[in-house]
Amino acid sequence: MLQITPEEIAETLTMVTQQHLDIRTVTLGVSLKECASGDVDTLATRVYDRLTTVAEHLVPTCEAIAREFGIPIINKRISVTPIAEIVAGARGDLTPVAEAMDRAAKEVGVDFIGGFSALVHKGIGQADRQVIDSMPSALATTDRVCASVNVASTRAGINMDAVMLMAETVKATAAATADRDGIGCAKLVVFCNMVEDNPFMAGAVHGSGEADVVVNVGISGPGVVNAVVRSLPEDADLTAVAEAIKATSFKITRAGELVAREAARRLGVAMGIVDLSLAPTPADGDSVAEILEAIGVGRVGGPGTTTALALLNDAIKKGGAMGTSSIGGLSGAFIPVSEDSGMVRAVECGALTLEKLEAMMSVCSVGLDMIAIPGDTPAETIAAIISDACAIGVINSKTTAARLIPVPGRVVGDHVSFGGLLGAAPVMAVNGWAGTRLVRRGGRVPAPLSSLRN
Amino acid sequence: MKTRAILSVLGEDRVGIVAAVSNALAAAGANIEDIRQTILSGVFSMTMLVTVDEEACAFEDVQAHLTAVAKELGLQITLQREDVFAFMHRV
Repeated sequence: MLQITPEEIAETLTMVTQQHLDIRTVTLGVSLKECASGDVDTLATRVYDRLTTVAEHLVPTCEAIAREFGIPIINKRISVTPIAEIVAGARGDLTPVAEAMDRAAKEVGVDFIGGFSALVHKGIGQADRQVIDSMPSALATTDRVCASVNVASTRAGINMDAVMLMAETVKATAAATADRDGIGCAKLVVFCNMVEDNPFMAGAVHGSGEADVVVNVGISGPGVVNAVVRSLPEDADLTAVAEAIKATSFKITRAGELVAREAARRLGVAMGIVDLSLAPTPADGDSVAEILEAIGVGRVGGPGTTTALALLNDAIKKGGAMGTSSIGGLSGAFIPVSEDSGMVRAVECGALTLEKLEAMMSVCSVGLDMIAIPGDTPAETIAAIISDACAIGVINSKTTAARLIPVPGRVVGDHVSFGGLLGAAPVMAVNGWAGTRLVRRGGRVPAPLSSLRN
Repeated sequence: MKTRAILSVLGEDRVGIVAAVSNALAAAGANIEDIRQTILSGVFSMTMLVTVDEEACAFEDVQAHLTAVAKELGLQITLQREDVFAFMHRV
């Protein structure tokens, strides 16, 4: 007997066909520990062989699941052990390892591979420095490799030397990809409290506490949540808004849970996590900004935006927590600028500034994401912006990050396009009174009192 | 392997929709367990619970048969595993 009502079936179909319900990413987390080598070329060969073997069936499996369940899986990706952890004494430029990752990604058909990464929140080791020094070249010569570096944590504080090094690396990466509006920086994210099981790019890595191979899933659904909020009566109170978002989040998360279980089963690997993050795309209606405006903000960035975002983020988690017992990754609303048409509109009309995005970061995940800034922004200013993002993360025990693109030769108001899911955005103004002397002091901002929990 | 799936059909009402869909399912060895059908303002809407015998015909081949019917009659037909609805709509 039909246990599901025709109305429920119709609701699911409408979510997919009209409201952009999809699984944003199925990301295969792969440990590369066994690839460690003291020779760069051997390391690169082992990485390529390992990835093309382990991930061989990822894409066809995801395509079959999407077809059978009727829910599109937009991206298939791979995250790997942070490369700095497998360098094992190999000396020199590590670009060949990134190129091997890129070749493997193309061979198995995934659109991005994350993990050209290092964790340096307390100190920078030799291998970490090699990975970071290789980033501008690695990101310029590859198409699909993503890099990330953790420069701060609640338990360690902020490593300002690492923050400054990363600001310089961001500038160098922009210069290395100047002919493509600094697109290398769209594949480079600087973290505070990086997580080990994030399925989303550019910050995905396969942490050291993970099994050899796992399936992590990132759900989506800003369009679905947007449609639900807009269908509420004009005078629905905020509790009713939160309730509606929570119920919708449950449904979206269940789709993610089902896909994660099925993909893990078919690939014969462990199921990792479901990441509840609402991830926008440049498509019309698939916007987190538009949800905030549907809740009642005049234009995202205006007063009230932080409140609306806090409500949204919390309701998503509450619904999601009922939908899966394997919540992980970042699990908060994403507020990238270039990837969200509503955010772009708000920047263009002057409603949304870098400072407001910083405030919004305090109540959701990640934060200063996919923001184009003038190409002549000094490294010290970029470092100070990154350190502010870190301060919010360190003090509030949450993940924060910065993915800034100082677009070479471009000034405030210019429009740049990165293509595809990376979208397009106007170059945003940067406050000219940066803490240049602060970041040049170097050293470490000590861990906060709140980190002493044992 | 027997797989329970939900078939949804949506489109302009015309003669022979149920026959064409049923024929396609029968040819693929899929059994119809339950049917709900209605017409709202001239729009034909049908929901079926079917059991697909994947040893007789692979799930994607059953979908291909139905896509052919959808094209021929100008309908929207989807066949999805039942789990997706149970997961999304039941606690």
